[in-house]
Amino acid sequence: MIDLGPHASFIISAYIGVALVTLGLIIMTLMDSARQKRRIAELDAMGVHRRSDSTNGSKT
Amino acid sequence: MSSDTAKSTTAKPMNWFDRLAHPGQFLIWSRYFVWPLAIIATALFAVGLWYAFFNSPEDYQMGDTVRIMYVHVPNAWLSQFVYVAMAISAVGTLVWRHPLADVSMKAAAPLGAAFTAMALFTGALWGRPTWGTFWEWDGRMTSTLVLFLMYLGLVVLWRSFDDQLRAAKLIAVLTLVGAINIPVIKFSVDWWNTLHQPASVMRAGGPTMPSSILIPLIVMTFAFTFLFALLQVISMRTEILRRRVRALERKSALEGISQ
Repeated sequence: MIDLGPHASFIISAYIGVALVTLGLIIMTLMDSARQKRRIAELDAMGVHRRSDSTNGSKT
Repeated sequence: MSSDTAKSTTAKPMNWFDRLAHPGQFLIWSRYFVWPLAIIATALFAVGLWYAFFNSPEDYQMGDTVRIMYVHVPNAWLSQFVYVAMAISAVGTLVWRHPLADVSMKAAAPLGAAFTAMALFTGALWGRPTWGTFWEWDGRMTSTLVLFLMYLGLVVLWRSFDDQLRAAKLIAVLTLVGAINIPVIKFSVDWWNTLHQPASVMRAGGPTMPSSILIPLIVMTFAFTFLFALLQVISMRTEILRRRVRALERKSALEGISQ
């Protein structure tokens, strides 16, 4: 690791903050996606389908 | 619900615009973009961070704090870019009633809020050692804070409506009204006295910085932009599924009542 000089704490804090927010954003986006897919699968298992799904068998 | 009301009245094959506009078709073709976008964004971040920490010099005036620029400027750029994308989607909602426009608008709002928050956070941390202050109520910083509050307001508005079609029209109008803030942010450094420097990358006459600093900045900007594209595609797919879930739950409830 390079020497970041007298203001290293500011530089490191900036990168850690960005990393945390970016990771949080990615995790929240993926969790939301997984939640909706799971709910679609639950409804599908309950026999609740869209009309178009029952006619052409299309899947998401 | 816009996504599930597309009518399949005829059996004629879809042209490219139908494929682009139809939420069901979007779910099909957009899945092929997820992994390529993820791989490109990851590779760009790896290269950009290597440049940022191991292969770029310190600035002759700012020293090593110039490395904060590699995360600050991309997020500041995206804070405005995402809003412009939302404004274009708002036009798509109001003028063309494109079924994916409001989906795009809704998906982008929290992403824009996060990028703006990161721009403000890194800007404050860059400002303290460079200017001697974390915050100054100058034109650029104040208008960016206003942008952040606008993003939060739009996120809250989307969540406060059950009828997403009605929400889309109202939010599209508000988004377009709020777009006036984008040129204010852009030109604030020219209009008012500010601690910020004028444009130094996208300017007539070319960038003012050396290539050793410009290259990591450009790589990191592309990295964050590809990250936005990736998260936008996933969020749009999720939003279409969310609306489908709501429609199915409604259908299930109605069938339960009628039986």
